[in-house]
Amino acid sequence: MSTPHIRQGSLEIVDQEKIISRGSLYVAQARLTAMMKWIWMILAIAVANPVLYLLSIGIGVGAFIDKSAGAAGIDGVKYLTFLAPALLATAAIQGAIDESVFPTLEGFNWWKNFLGMNATPISGNQIATGVFLASFVRVVGTVIIYWFVMLAFGALESSKAWLAIPTAVMAGVAFGSITQAIAGLLKDENMFFVIFNRFVMMPLFLFSGTFYPLSSMPIYLQWIGWISPLWHATELGRYLTYGHALTQTMAITHMVFLLTLLALGIFFSRRIFTMRLAK
Amino acid sequence: MSSPLITARGLTKKFDEFVAVDEIDFDVARGESFGLLGPNGAGKSTTMRIIGATSQRTSGDLTILGMDPEKFGPQIRAHLGVVPQQDNLDMNLSVSENLYIYGRYFGLSRKFLKTKIEELLEFAQLQEKRNAKVESLSGGMKRRLTIARGLVSEPEILMLDEPTTGLDPQARHILWDRLFRLKEQGVTLVITTHFMDEAEQLCDRLVVMDKGKIMAEGSPAQLIKDYSTKEVLEIRFGSERNSEMADQLRGMCDRIEELPDRILLYSEDGEALLEKIYSAGLHPKTSLVRRSSLEDVFLRLTGRTLVD
Repeated sequence: MSTPHIRQGSLEIVDQEKIISRGSLYVAQARLTAMMKWIWMILAIAVANPVLYLLSIGIGVGAFIDKSAGAAGIDGVKYLTFLAPALLATAAIQGAIDESVFPTLEGFNWWKNFLGMNATPISGNQIATGVFLASFVRVVGTVIIYWFVMLAFGALESSKAWLAIPTAVMAGVAFGSITQAIAGLLKDENMFFVIFNRFVMMPLFLFSGTFYPLSSMPIYLQWIGWISPLWHATELGRYLTYGHALTQTMAITHMVFLLTLLALGIFFSRRIFTMRLAK
Repeated sequence: MSSPLITARGLTKKFDEFVAVDEIDFDVARGESFGLLGPNGAGKSTTMRIIGATSQRTSGDLTILGMDPEKFGPQIRAHLGVVPQQDNLDMNLSVSENLYIYGRYFGLSRKFLKTKIEELLEFAQLQEKRNAKVESLSGGMKRRLTIARGLVSEPEILMLDEPTTGLDPQARHILWDRLFRLKEQGVTLVITTHFMDEAEQLCDRLVVMDKGKIMAEGSPAQLIKDYSTKEVLEIRFGSERNSEMADQLRGMCDRIEELPDRILLYSEDGEALLEKIYSAGLHPKTSLVRRSSLEDVFLRLTGRTLVD
């Protein structure tokens, strides 16, 4: 073993201010470094997902629907155009869940690497924010890829269509921040996410006006849409991609709903992470 | 003498009704190597997590580097190197990425980390594994990496919770050697262990813990002097006869401890005692005279062996 070079000591070398201002970015850097290990898988899913859905349901099922709907179309457009914004938001949400739930379960339950992070000056707040930021990056990437596939399929009809990117991202990260907080509470994840996928994700996907307008559902099922970030993002997306009728009040309501969810998700993730690490 | 780096008074940690750490007092001086010795479940790791400014105490006073960990957790942790009992490496990352990212958590620059990582890879003898995923490492390699990771920020206080559990004898000695060097450079060490040889080798001073309480405190030599005799005679008559023979041996020495497989006789002169036993017509199957160790101190204090 060679002699180690001169020790300066932590009092000399540790930069406290840098840790306070950039701590969560370091956590995000760790997450993104990990993501790069399976970047090809992430990209393959990001491309295959829209291509397969838009081909099979948008064009395949769409052919039948467009035929029976006649010249009026669904909401005045082809079924593919109607469906695509909903699928865009769904992909954003799915990506956000992947990057918030699994790192949280790893960090607290499986590998406990959050305990390792927290033994450094990094705080629970910074860990929660860092995990969130990394999932944000993944969601932005997924949504942009999806959007270009939509463009290639001719599903974007409005000049404002690019604004569907931020609204879908917002839906994704809003939902992801909530699932991150929930994952932070789980001591033993066991069947939780299996149940969550079956009884929360699936109904949200099916009853958020994804495949047909929410208004065509019986009123006693419409509440599912109202509380679903997917429906709010889909309404905004439809307005932005093809000019679906939307009042200003409703547009603001959708935005406020998503932003509130996002704020709550971030607030509770940070709080839950901090409290759990202090035990 | 400068004021202690760590001061604990009435330090207590409860998990609901369970008292894990029960009103303990201790000081750790700068540059000292301080040990917490005790069996599993004694409250050592809990104490370490409280000193590590991650777990919050239930009551009592605690000052580390002049700060209260409840208010200045990150500021204190900036100067601690923590080697937890259970490795908690980032399994997604490679060996060198683990060191790099961990260094970033201390706000260390890329340039500094580039040379530091080389030094730590050499220390942990993991140069050839630098690009390997942590998941593929053996238990001993993971342990070495965790220890190396704890050194990345050149901490003022290095906290090692059962550092050599899972290491082979050679790796243990290399680690001990490296810890001595750190101590020479003025690093304060806080170590928990249930290996008495490790405690004797590494600790200037230690506390013996059991059931959340401190049973005794002192240097290894002082503790042995205070709580044991100079020598110990271990004899075996076979498991069925040990108990019966122990009765006959009482009175022949200062103290006697009867364990399931052997009898321990405490005396200043083990050989002389053995002579006496033979003269009395008793013939143990095996006999061994050894120096008293911290294991004997623990047995005396708690009536139990360290590794139950």
